[in-house]
Amino acid sequence: MTVRVSTDSFDPGAEVNAFLNAADGAGAAVTFTGVVRSKLDDPITALTLECYPELAINQLTAIVDLATARFGLLAATVIHRYGTLGPGEPIVQVMTLSPHRDAAFKAAEFLMDYLKTDAPFWKQETGPKGTHWVEAKAEDDVAKARWE
Amino acid sequence: MKILYFAWLRERLNRGEEEVSPPAEVATVADLIDWLASRDEAFAHAVEKRTLIKAAVDAKLVKHDASIIGAKTIALFPPMTGG
Repeated sequence: MTVRVSTDSFDPGAEVNAFLNAADGAGAAVTFTGVVRSKLDDPITALTLECYPELAINQLTAIVDLATARFGLLAATVIHRYGTLGPGEPIVQVMTLSPHRDAAFKAAEFLMDYLKTDAPFWKQETGPKGTHWVEAKAEDDVAKARWE
Repeated sequence: MKILYFAWLRERLNRGEEEVSPPAEVATVADLIDWLASRDEAFAHAVEKRTLIKAAVDAKLVKHDASIIGAKTIALFPPMTGG
């Protein structure tokens, strides 16, 4: 199980290739990559993520442990960047490995739903109209609650 | 103890951290927020909606009724928006 929180960029494909060899007995690997979104009608020039790294590592480790136990994963990795990123850059990558696809898909969703509400990152968007903090969404709480 | 602030709370207070020595009767996160608010108008205004303030005690996410007795670092911050 791997958790990485860093200002460094990462190569999503290289991470997947390394992860596929993480454990024997696997039949399914699922990857989710979150990238910086810039909408056509409301473009941004930068996304800055603030982070409390010590808490982020504790929270992500706990979430990965929860997912591993609940879905019987063979391996799981969460990578999350912080700092200032440009449109299209990867922010987050979640990878799950299990004997069968159902657990790998569900665990990846579970990890993302928990991470959204429980990992200490805060997004600030910069665009032509200035800079603003992204507000937490009620639907993220709903997405997490469906697993409880 | 050290208090850390993040995101818009940090910006509104104009500081990322501070050292404070609350009196002994300040026993929980909720007590601490009330105590900090009582001595700083800008803080009181920033934390007016208590449901928008999350907390961690020694890098562990907690609810407002959690104890802060013996804690070294308390973090206060808005709802998280990562992912």
